[in-house]
Amino acid sequence: MEKILEAKNINKFFHDPIRIQVLENLSFSINKGEFVSLTGKSGCGKSTLLYVLSTMDTDYDGTLLIDGVEMPKKDEGFLAKIRNEKIGFVFQFHYLLNEFNVLENVMLPGLKLAKYSRAEVEHRAMEKLKILGIDHLALKKSNHVSGGEKQRVAIARALINDPHIIMGDEPTGNLDKKNSDLVFDIFNQLANEFNQTLLIVTHDPSFAERTHRIIKMEDGKIIS
Amino acid sequence: MRKRLLIEIAKSLLLARWRQTLIAAIGVTFSITMFITLLSFMSGLNDLLDGLILNRTPHVRIYNDIKPNADQPINKSSQFAKSHNFIGSIKSDANRQAIYNSEAIIKSILNDPRVLGLSQKLTAQVFFNDGSIDITGSIFGINPKAESELYHFDEYITTGNAADLTKVNNSIILGQGLADKLLVQIGDAVQITTSKGDLFQLKVVGTFQSGIKDFDNVQSYASINTVQKILSVPNDYITSIQVKLKDITQAPVVAKQYQQLYQTDAEDIQTANSQFETGSSIRTLISYSVGITLLIVAGFGIYNILNMMIFEKMDSIAILKATGFSGKDVKSIFIYIAISIGIFGGLMGLLFGFGLSALIDQIPFNTASLPTIKTYPINYNPRFYLIGIVFSFITTYFAGWFPARKASKIDPVVIIRGK
Repeated sequence: MEKILEAKNINKFFHDPIRIQVLENLSFSINKGEFVSLTGKSGCGKSTLLYVLSTMDTDYDGTLLIDGVEMPKKDEGFLAKIRNEKIGFVFQFHYLLNEFNVLENVMLPGLKLAKYSRAEVEHRAMEKLKILGIDHLALKKSNHVSGGEKQRVAIARALINDPHIIMGDEPTGNLDKKNSDLVFDIFNQLANEFNQTLLIVTHDPSFAERTHRIIKMEDGKIIS
Repeated sequence: MRKRLLIEIAKSLLLARWRQTLIAAIGVTFSITMFITLLSFMSGLNDLLDGLILNRTPHVRIYNDIKPNADQPINKSSQFAKSHNFIGSIKSDANRQAIYNSEAIIKSILNDPRVLGLSQKLTAQVFFNDGSIDITGSIFGINPKAESELYHFDEYITTGNAADLTKVNNSIILGQGLADKLLVQIGDAVQITTSKGDLFQLKVVGTFQSGIKDFDNVQSYASINTVQKILSVPNDYITSIQVKLKDITQAPVVAKQYQQLYQTDAEDIQTANSQFETGSSIRTLISYSVGITLLIVAGFGIYNILNMMIFEKMDSIAILKATGFSGKDVKSIFIYIAISIGIFGGLMGLLFGFGLSALIDQIPFNTASLPTIKTYPINYNPRFYLIGIVFSFITTYFAGWFPARKASKIDPVVIIRGK
């Protein structure tokens, strides 16, 4: 199996107000097409781990490989490019830009990547919206759609550059049962039909149970 | 592609807060408007005041001063060559006010490539007789054509025509004050007495107002020939040669050269009128400092508004960074915002500045001493507009740079995890 993401001996400390180790010597890898959930109690370090893996947090020791390439800790421009091209993010909050409509929000990372022409990016964005069943909202202002729809727009935005891996930080945390299920179904469909790799942080056991693999953390360590 | 996208994002952010943006732009517009107007008006005024004296003053004046002869006989004696000679009761040597060999000198000066032109002049001290009253005055013998071309003589003629001085024999143009005292108009005759006691009748062909009242009370102009006749001197008798140079800053050097070359006295304009240059440069300095202060204040306005915008747009900045925009991209976005405020505000400022100067240009400004000036003077120098737009660009760039750097340093993890 092709390893999409590999972490080797990840250690991380919080320095303020006192030095605490939040991640202790974590090593694991995620294969292509896997739908992985990262669970654990509040404060166990699962979100911290996700942000280290996301390349946004570079204050850690150890080695992180994405798609077989080691991530440098200093080169901010390079890491931004990696995030743009290889990682899609879905957060608890949707973080859509209110100045743009739904379609433009989805298109932004694609335009940044500039791999396709504007027309093609637009076409691809519409396709993603169609997959998620929200293509009818394309021209609405992003603050004029409902909470569940916003989260689906955010997922479409994460998909626009066909990332190697989608990372989610409690993507269903703000949603009701119905919308949570909808989001899970989308993830599941992506994993099964499109062979999309997913790493989702959640504390919802019913969500975690239905994924391919569960990584359980406690006090900065992986316990299963 | 990258730039286009960033500019597009900047545009959206700008338009989303267009009211704030407009206020920031109005700040720039206001300051550039004032900058342009202030400089145009001030420099128009400077030109006017300088013109009052400088336009009418020769850059280099060649003349024979009334002074004691430097070569006193005792200095020529070899017997006392090494001693220190004291001479008592020395007298100024005023016999020859005329310039020796003036025709040759004029020819040689006209061949100097630095010279724009010259006019000859001679002066006669006379009494204007009005019944039992004698008014002291002087008549300048001039060549009206050269005088008009080089020193704007015709601009100060309020009635009559400068060219009539050469057309009409024994004609004179009187200062307005002098004409009022003598109660004469064009066509009347005035009687003068020369210092040697000769009587002359001259026909008035015009009056002038120089802007300096004391001048107008005692001065008058006639052609060179007429004055030579009055003084009963030969045709080559002139008392000063007034040279106008192509470059006024050369005047001191040229004056020194001529003094040695032609064995006469030569005075440059800087020495004769040093106070004017000082006044002009200080007025210009004040206008520039006020203008630039206004711009800096506008810069602080932009700084504030951008800071606020960044505070409001924390989330957007965080997600842009999470989805692959680098710190540099974010910085560019905010610098584009600042610069577009600056350029838009600056261009509007140039427009309004031009409008306001044009308006001031229409305000009547009548003063007895300046007959040719009817409205407030404005100098429409394109240089002010260039400086204005460059300064608005620079100040807004710096006003945007600091907030933009702050935005580029925002850590997306802190924002996203903080929710």
